Amino acid sequence: MPTMNVLEAIRDAMFIEMRRDPSVFVLGEDIGARGGVFLATHGLIEEFGEARVIDTPLAEASIIGIALGAAVNGMRPIAEIQFGDFIWPGVNQLVGEAAKVRYGTSGQRQAPMVVRVAQGGGIRGGLYHSQSVEALLVHTPGLKVVAPATPYDAKGLLISAIRDDDPVVFLEHKRTYRLVRGDAPDGEYTEPIGKAEIKRRGDDLTVVTYGMMLHYTLQAAAEVSEQDGIEAEVVDLRTLRPLDTELVLESVRKTSKALIVQEDTPVVSVASEVAAVIADQAFFELDGPVRRVTPPDIPPMPYSPLQEAEFMPSSDDIAHAIRQLAAV
Amino acid sequence: MATPDISPNQSTPEEPPSLPAGLDAADAVAMYRTMVLSRLLDERVWLLNRQGKVGIAASAQGHEAAQVAIVEALDPARDHFLIYYRQFTAMLALGTTPLELLCGFLAKTGEPLSGARQFPLHGSHPRVDLFSFSNVVGTQLSQAVGVALADRLRGEDDRITVAFFGDGGASQGDCHEAMNFAGIHKLPVLFLCENNGFAISVPLHLQMGIESEAARAAAYGFPGVSVDGRDIFAVYEATREAAASMRSGGGPVLLEVVVDRLLPHTSDDDHTRYRSPVDILEMQGRDPVDLTRGTLKRMGILDDDVDKKIHQDARRAVIEATDKAEALPYPGIEDMFDHVYADARQGD
Repeated sequence: MPTMNVLEAIRDAMFIEMRRDPSVFVLGEDIGARGGVFLATHGLIEEFGEARVIDTPLAEASIIGIALGAAVNGMRPIAEIQFGDFIWPGVNQLVGEAAKVRYGTSGQRQAPMVVRVAQGGGIRGGLYHSQSVEALLVHTPGLKVVAPATPYDAKGLLISAIRDDDPVVFLEHKRTYRLVRGDAPDGEYTEPIGKAEIKRRGDDLTVVTYGMMLHYTLQAAAEVSEQDGIEAEVVDLRTLRPLDTELVLESVRKTSKALIVQEDTPVVSVASEVAAVIADQAFFELDGPVRRVTPPDIPPMPYSPLQEAEFMPSSDDIAHAIRQLAAV
Repeated sequence: MATPDISPNQSTPEEPPSLPAGLDAADAVAMYRTMVLSRLLDERVWLLNRQGKVGIAASAQGHEAAQVAIVEALDPARDHFLIYYRQFTAMLALGTTPLELLCGFLAKTGEPLSGARQFPLHGSHPRVDLFSFSNVVGTQLSQAVGVALADRLRGEDDRITVAFFGDGGASQGDCHEAMNFAGIHKLPVLFLCENNGFAISVPLHLQMGIESEAARAAAYGFPGVSVDGRDIFAVYEATREAAASMRSGGGPVLLEVVVDRLLPHTSDDDHTRYRSPVDILEMQGRDPVDLTRGTLKRMGILDDDVDKKIHQDARRAVIEATDKAEALPYPGIEDMFDHVYADARQGD
């Protein structure tokens, strides 16, 4: 299996699907000649031309609205939102419209579209190049929300997202793009949307996480194993909606302790929902409180390097929380 | 100036207009028949609201001539219609039945657009290429651009996508973004603004600093045309001309039809709070159903007997549809978990 980074995996998935299915096209800001500001779409315009690789004006509401109209009319658009922070003008078309197309037409129409979003911080982006946008989207029935952390998952899940008949928001953590390398098969394969995966086995406690935080969590889990003999089981959610509650609960029932780690701020978030599900479904099997590691409840995230570092959960923060919970 | 000064050509009764190219006398009478049916059905819906049976209604009274003419000038077999909540007459002209529309207002089983999930007139339709997802005005405009883009990618550029909106919806950022993109790519989108002069209660001069909605088109590099929307033939001709241009690759057109909203914004509104009695009386004096009837009579293609028969038929259709719709059950709660996603029923 070839080794690639997350960015290459995402690009590979788009090449494969655009070659396979003429109804797939991409639109977004700077995705043509520039190849995307992160180069996720590099080379697409050379192979597929301007008709299927559309540089749009800087107008997120219509990027998503146009994708929606094309999807309703039989295409499978991939809309790129350059930075998660810029998705808010388009949220009405996504949350207000796309998510309700199937329900609001009683199944007569569907919106098979993917909105790829580069998000997340720790890259010195300040308030408007660092946000995590999942909470509102995960709250919305009718949307699917995917947040891969590895090249293998990114490629297989993006192919699944493109083939999915419902609108899928595909959250790509900017730091994983070049930082995270791993094996991913050549050619096409799919990973199922809605399935979490255990990325590390352990019996002492369960850590539920996703996105860039998976990698910090795995680092922390290795550290506490080596230094303290604590064996954490790490569940990578991979999909945030629909949530794989089955696997989360199975792991928590085994370990009796749950820690949730996310880069998003804490209030009404993925961590809140996972904690609620555990409290509701596995309360009597718990040997300790459900704990969360999140940034503070302030606007994400300061530009100052000291403040940014303090904001982002680190592997030290996670290791500390694991040790504390293991000792309960 | 709240209402653009456009004199309907019916104001010159000594010179009856001739039929526009593309229409024969039977077409014109059929269009009038749809208008009468729409009016009587619309009145019935309002009545059912006052009886507590219809939750909410947005009337098309005053918009009938424009809507029937727009549909007549296009090709429902290949064109896409993105409507909003006031296209009652257009939906009848497109082939939606009175029973289907009443099932929508009464929220009854068999309602074809959304299974009675949505505010009346929203959803899709099994026979007609129309859709309308939301009450957030203007959202359909960028969606229409996407619909047209999909046609282009498949090489079906001769299909027109019609995006209906009102003067209210024109204020949304969606309107600017959609027109801008359609202009850049010369997509065959007919931006169809039914300007009735009010966004609920807010008059035109508080909505825009220009005199005509059609003026917006200049900013996007395509033609903007304004026409008296009470004049059925003027709207037909303007739409036909726009359609011909779009089918031959001319790119988008913005067509403004200036109409009156004869009733309040919805059944929950009271327009006497913001419209003067004189304004209301004047507007009622240029009712498009009356104007169209007068025109057809002066042209000698409609007489009192035929008109009477048209009204009788429409009244019977409305009564039959009402009786049938009222007898139908509401959708049961078992349906409400369906169609959230393609591959799963919520709660299972």
